[in-house]
Amino acid sequence: MESLISIRDVRFAYAAGDETEQPTEVLKGISLEIQKGELVAVLGHNGSGKSTLAKLLNAILLPTSGSVQVDGMDTTDEARLFDIRQRVGMVFQNPDNQIVATIVEEDVAFALENMGVDPDEMRERVDEALKAVKMYDFREHAPHQLSGGQKQRVAIAGIIAMRPDCIVLDEPTAMLDPQGRREVMKTIKRLNRDYGITVILITHEMDEAAQCQRVVVIDHGMVRMDDVPEKVFSKVGEMKQIGLDVPQATELIHMLREAGYPLDPEIITEEACVDALTELFSQKS
Amino acid sequence: MLKDITLGQYFPMNSVVHRMDARYKIVITLIYLVMLFWGQQIWSLAAGLIFTATAVFCSKIPPKMIIKSIKPIVPILIFTGLINLLMLDGGDVYWKWWVIRITEEGVQTSVFMIVRICLLIAGTSLLTYTTSPIVLTDAIESLLSPMKKLKMPVHELAMMMTIALRFIPTLIEETSKIMAAQKARGADLESGSIVQRAQALVPILIPLFVSAFRRAEELALAMECRCYHGGEGRTRLRKLQSGLRDYIALAITLLMFAGVIVLNAVLH
Repeated sequence: MESLISIRDVRFAYAAGDETEQPTEVLKGISLEIQKGELVAVLGHNGSGKSTLAKLLNAILLPTSGSVQVDGMDTTDEARLFDIRQRVGMVFQNPDNQIVATIVEEDVAFALENMGVDPDEMRERVDEALKAVKMYDFREHAPHQLSGGQKQRVAIAGIIAMRPDCIVLDEPTAMLDPQGRREVMKTIKRLNRDYGITVILITHEMDEAAQCQRVVVIDHGMVRMDDVPEKVFSKVGEMKQIGLDVPQATELIHMLREAGYPLDPEIITEEACVDALTELFSQKS
Repeated sequence: MLKDITLGQYFPMNSVVHRMDARYKIVITLIYLVMLFWGQQIWSLAAGLIFTATAVFCSKIPPKMIIKSIKPIVPILIFTGLINLLMLDGGDVYWKWWVIRITEEGVQTSVFMIVRICLLIAGTSLLTYTTSPIVLTDAIESLLSPMKKLKMPVHELAMMMTIALRFIPTLIEETSKIMAAQKARGADLESGSIVQRAQALVPILIPLFVSAFRRAEELALAMECRCYHGGEGRTRLRKLQSGLRDYIALAITLLMFAGVIVLNAVLH
């Protein structure tokens, strides 16, 4: 696989409020390689630096030291700024605060309008993006007529209309109801699977992270774990110590294992958990 | 309840007037306004009346809506009518009592003024009834674009208007949430003197402003992520397109305006 984003020993500090204060270092030397086509979850509790990391990926913030490269372009290279932003799209937590236009299709077109895309091609790309998130039937609605999940899908469409290589989603489901969460997660997974878009999902929902191929755990500005979800979540003790939860299924398995039952520690989904328990019961009886 | 508020007073319909290019509609409305005040004869007012009636008919907007738009200015109409009636002196005297004299010229001018103002309101309402605020914004941006040479921030103004239109429903919803939250804590918004009620609004306005600033910051970030860099090199999804109907409408308006000017010159 080819590397799309490489983060090398990145440190980042927000400028202090006044001169007497030490600038607070949020990221303390992070190195990561994101491969093309990956579906990566970035986990971390509040203040771990995960949102800051996201903003470094498309040159909204620039590293204090170290480097971030997108497809070989350094984010500090101002001449390539719009190239980088077009390649790495970003979706934020609150869908209300990222929709600019008063009509759905015009909002999806916003990035293309900024890029100076020809109106005929724009029409085509807007329709394609709306179909990809299954919001085509709502193209002439006003944003305030939509539900939270639908608005977030419109925001995603606004990004994929740019035809990015990668989408970074910063807690996209945090403000949604369970229905909206499911819709958005389904959309994200479909974009990754069917359109081959690399997805970096920043979250603190363990069940969402469990659906990804790779989980990166950030704690106090450093990478604590970087592995497949099964391996990450099987370290229940370490996760709890960082202040993170594990999926409910993993927690149950963990408790049963502590009580002495022979179960596979790498179970993260409900289905696998049910299967394992059924097997356990059938052995007993 | 607050959520159902309509933006502007757009009345969506499928009519010739609705389909017209908004830029032409604005220009025609402006010419029409000048014409109303230029004409001094009964004929020019009649022309204005016929023009408005035809436009309303073509727009399929119920005439009731037009009358509704005139309602709020009835006090102004009465006031201007009375002032003109009592102050102007000239021609035959119809009625006299103490210092008050109702004269021919007074009656004529006051009727003229009332009809003019009614037509003015009817015409401008028709523009906003038949054009959505967002299209209106686009049209204003397009019409003002020559001003860019004079360093007027035309694109920025239009973008501000678009964002304002976009966030009005969001902020209205937020206001009703904050109001409910403050009421739940025992805030009394409905009773007391005007001063007390104004003071009761402070705990609603402060959170609203704080959240508006936060929203603005996030929106700016989202716009940057989508390559926003001002109006330069920007293309639009929806182009304003003018066609035959716009040229015809403009031609009719111009002819009528010319007619009014001629009438004025000949009959004076």
